[in-house]
Parts: sequence; structure tokens; C-alpha cells
Amino acid sequence: MKKNVLPVIMFLFLAPVILHAQTKKPISPKPKAAPVSKAVMDRGKEVYLMNCLACHQADGSGVPNLNPHLVKTKWVLGSKTVLVEQILKGSQGKVEIDGETFNNAMPPLPQLTDQQIADVLTYVRNSFSNKASVVSAGEVKSIRAKIK
Amino acid sequence: MKKLLILFLGILSIINVQTVLANDSTVVKTTLPVDDIKLPPGFKATIVAGKLGRARHLVVNTNGDIYVKLERLRNGKGIVRLRDTNGDGKADDSMYFGNYVGTGITIKNGYLYASSNSEVFRYKLNEKNEVANPDAPEKIITGLVDQRTHNSKSIVLDNDGNIYVNIGAPTNACQVQDRTKGSPGQEPCPILEKAGGIWQFKADGKNQSYGEGVRFATGLRNVVGLDWNGQTNSLFVMQHGRDQLSNLYPEMFNDQQSAELPAEEMFELKKGADCGWPYCYYDQQQNKKVLAPEYGGDGKQVGRCEGVTKPVVAFPGHLAPNGLLFYTGSLFPEKYKNGAFIAFHGSWNRAPLPQKGFFVAFVPFKDGKPSGEWEIFADNFAGMENISSPGQAEYRPCGLSQGPDGALYVSEDAKGTIWKITYKP
Ligand code: HEC
Repeated sequence: MKKNVLPVIMFLFLAPVILHAQTKKPISPKPKAAPVSKAVMDRGKEVYLMNCLACHQADGSGVPNLNPHLVKTKWVLGSKTVLVEQILKGSQGKVEIDGETFNNAMPPLPQLTDQQIADVLTYVRNSFSNKASVVSAGEVKSIRAKIK
Repeated sequence: MKKLLILFLGILSIINVQTVLANDSTVVKTTLPVDDIKLPPGFKATIVAGKLGRARHLVVNTNGDIYVKLERLRNGKGIVRLRDTNGDGKADDSMYFGNYVGTGITIKNGYLYASSNSEVFRYKLNEKNEVANPDAPEKIITGLVDQRTHNSKSIVLDNDGNIYVNIGAPTNACQVQDRTKGSPGQEPCPILEKAGGIWQFKADGKNQSYGEGVRFATGLRNVVGLDWNGQTNSLFVMQHGRDQLSNLYPEMFNDQQSAELPAEEMFELKKGADCGWPYCYYDQQQNKKVLAPEYGGDGKQVGRCEGVTKPVVAFPGHLAPNGLLFYTGSLFPEKYKNGAFIAFHGSWNRAPLPQKGFFVAFVPFKDGKPSGEWEIFADNFAGMENISSPGQAEYRPCGLSQGPDGALYVSEDAKGTIWKITYKP
């Protein structure tokens, strides 16, 4: 009896997972992002340490109720335009993740160069168990131009 | 069969099943056993209640009822009254009321006082020592600054019919552009008109706002823990010091300095006190108030900070003192009488160095003055050592209250746990 039941239970467990995995469209437009070069990751990390780490923490886990985490959020993995604008314009009280909001303000960081923003966002999108396509300086440049 | 099971678990872990198993993860995660709260010999901590959510401050009534203020609504309510009806030390009865979130809660002269993030209400206690009309409080204070950052309105009363409310400054250091490298401090800092201090109101007033209140003390960035000291008949507060020295001024401060500086300060406040924020901060290594870099400081210069109110105790940076209580009970040993307990929420601004705090500290007092070094009283709320990010902490101490029997109650807001700490020689 027992022997027969276990595989059935397993199937019942796995079926929704498999179906879910098949139907769910990955948020990232390009799921098979090319591996990011170490040089870009190193540069991005440096920008992160100086400009983001205090609030979002070394492991991207954020601070409960104050600063959101950066792990697989729709901002990190989603539209590059929204993401770049988050860095250039900052925000307060706009982010909600799993019903939680955050009391601190994120300052706008327009003083970062297009290259620095591209590097740090590529780093974030490929750290803290995130996987998403690179952001290029050219993309940042055109998004910045539209804001002005 | 076992192999099949292992294979099955293996597949589960390969496929990202977070969504499916999300509900189970809480079951798997072990909660910290009670004895893991480390206390001096003879003390014991028991969990009175748990899973209340964001439990901020609490107050224990003379009949043992516990009122907890919640920063996230639960059952649509922001205050919970807990009661232990069978005397086993665990709350077995709860009553929810108050449709607002907030931090402050206290009892004085037959009233329960509670704050939202912009108002203060009070509830009359009836002859049975219970809240008479949970749905019809008097609104005594309204219209206080709430811009999310530092919006907790902690409250305490004196013995002359006044209530004191902290109004935290909604920025880090009053820069033109908050937390932005190169942005200068505003001169004068306009925030101080309506925030960055302690305001005094009448405890029995109605709808009072800035016009009816008195700015009792200024230059306080953000106070969460505060208490009235009955011995000195004065107000004591705990300030959260400014953040990000090395981040904003890497040429002046390294990460090590930025983790330790500035001090988290305990002040005894006299009316009219100016504690210096945003122009000054306290450097506990040099034992002096120094000029903030936003206002031309270099980490050493004193300048305009010469005359500002100094702390009575200075703690290491960023530990986040959220609760203050002067102990007047007789249950604990003599050493604790009239001394101060401080609940530290734990830091986030010591990164990239390890975070610290997540404990309840004690400062002995004699004749109204600190009479010895501060020490850790109750430790290990984080449930781990070497904590790098505050989200890892199991518990984050926030509020303190003294029970009628002299026990010390501690609340925490990561999960919403209430402890009762007792002593037996
Ligand atoms: C002073 C603290 C602070 C700093 C510094 C900071 N952030 Fe933020 N960040 C926040 C806060 C607070 C929010 C939420 C804002 C809101 O609710 O509107 C946020 C939101 C975000 C979001 C969108 C929400 C999410 O969690 O996915 C991203 C992405 C982000 N920040 C990335 C960065 C990056 C990259 C840097 C460095 C270049 C940075 N932040 C620097 C505080 C900060």
C-alpha cells in the first residue's frame, strides 16, 4: 500500500510545479543571458559597495521595514527603464513587496555615470541569486535622456 | 523506496519550488528556544505571547493586563490586550481594538494612552481597570509630522499632567538632498520647527497640535525609547544617531569609524535643551560633541557644538535604542533598583562590518546619575552570532514595561514576541 502511494503523492506534488514552471513566463525578457564578464561584475560590485550597500546590505537582503531587498524583485528583474529610473530619480513609499512597504527614502543618484549605473545594475541583476541580462551604458544613456 | 524519496526531494530542490512550499518554510525554520535568551544568573525569561506581528511598545497594567501597540494591523486593529487568565505565565486571552498602527503606548492616572504615527489617543479605564470604550477614544493630539522616515511617536507622561511626544526628523542629517553625497546641510535646518525634538502637551487636552504644544527639547534626530524618571522627576530619552558617515564622506571616515560613530545617546532633558542634531553629533571616542560634516565638520572640530546638551550615557553607533525603562520594582536584586534598561533593536548601518545590538542593556543609577558602565542584560535575541544584515535576526527588541510584581516585560517587532523576565535567587 505504502509503496504505491508515495509515487502518487510525489506526482501530485510535482505536477503543479512542472505545470507552473511551464506556464509561468520568466519576468526577464532574455532568460538565457550570456555570462557576465568578471570585469563588469567587479566594477559593478565596487559601485554597489560605495552607493547601495549601506541600505540594501551586502547580500541584497535589505532592512526590514526600512529598505527593500533586491532578491528577484520585479524592479531588479523587470523593465530596465523602470530600474534605471529608480536609480536616477529615487523614490519613497512607492515600493511594495509581498505586502510590505518601506519607510526610508531612496535618494536619486544621477551623479553616477551611465557606465557606473550599467555596471551596478548588471551586478545586482546577476547577484543575490538573481539572473538577468546585462544593462549597457548606452541603454542607461537613452533612458537618462528621456527623463531630462 | 528511500532512494526514490531522496530523488524526489532532489528534484524538488532543483526546480524552484519556493512558491509551492512557501507556506511550509515557516514550519521548517526552527524558532529560538526560550533559554537561548542569555541572562545573568537567577533570571529567567518566558514567552508570554508570540506571532503578534510588528509589536512595538507595550505596557503592563496594575492588574497584569498587557497592552501592545502594533505597527501593522492585526485583525484590522492596532492594539492588543493580552491576559493570562489561568496564571500559567502565557497569555490565553486577547482583545483587539484601535484601528491605527503606531508605536507608543502607556498608562497613567486611570487612562491608557496610545499613538498612531501622527496622533495620540487616550482611553479611560473603568472601575474594573479595563478600557471602558475601546472604540471611542479621546483624540488628545493630532497633525504631527509623518513622512514615513522616523515617524514613531513614542509617548510618556510626567506627574504634573503633561504628555511628552517624540517627533522624529524625517531625514538623516538635514541635507538639502537627504542621504546624498556632496549635498550640504540646510542652514538653518527647517525640519526643527516641527520635528527633530520632544513636544509637550496637556494629557487631558483635545485635538492639540503644534499651536497648543511646547517644543520641550530640540536637536534630537529620532527618539524611540523614552521614560520619565521618578527619582529625578525628569525626562530621559534615547537618541538614534545619524547614519552613513563613511558613505557620504569617504575621504574623512573609514567603514570602521562609520560603524562605531556617532554614539547612540541617552539624554536627561531639561526644558529648552538642544541636543545638537543635525549640526552636531557625539563622538564617544573623543568624548565630545563635534561638528557634523554636512555643516563643515571634519570629525574633530567642535565649533558651534560647544554648548549643546551632552549625553549622560553614550553607546556604540547604530544599535538603535527603541525602549527605555527605569526599574522601580523590588523583584530584581538591589543593583537594578532605579537603573535603566534599554531595548536595542539592532543595527543596519554598521555594514559592511557585522551588525550589533539585538539585546537589552542595563545602566546602574545612583542618585539620578549613572553609577557604572553599561552592560548587556539580556542577550542573543538575534539567535546567531556574526550577523551581517538585520533581516537575519530572529528577534528585534523594541519595548519594555514593568509588571506589578516587578517582572520586566520585553516586546520585539520581527515576529511579535513578548517575554516576561523574572528573578529568583
Ligand atoms: C539611503 C538608502 C538607499 C540607498 C543608498 C539605495 N537605495 Fe535602493 N531603495 C531604498 C529604498 C528605501 C527603496 C524603496 C523606495 C520606495 O519605497 O519608494 C529602494 C528601492 C530600490 C529598488 C526597487 C525595489 C527593489 O527592492 O527591487 C532597487 C532596484 C534599488 N533600490 C536599487 C538600488 C541600487 C542599485 C542602489 C545603489 C546604486 C540603491 N538602491 C541605493 C534605499 C536605498
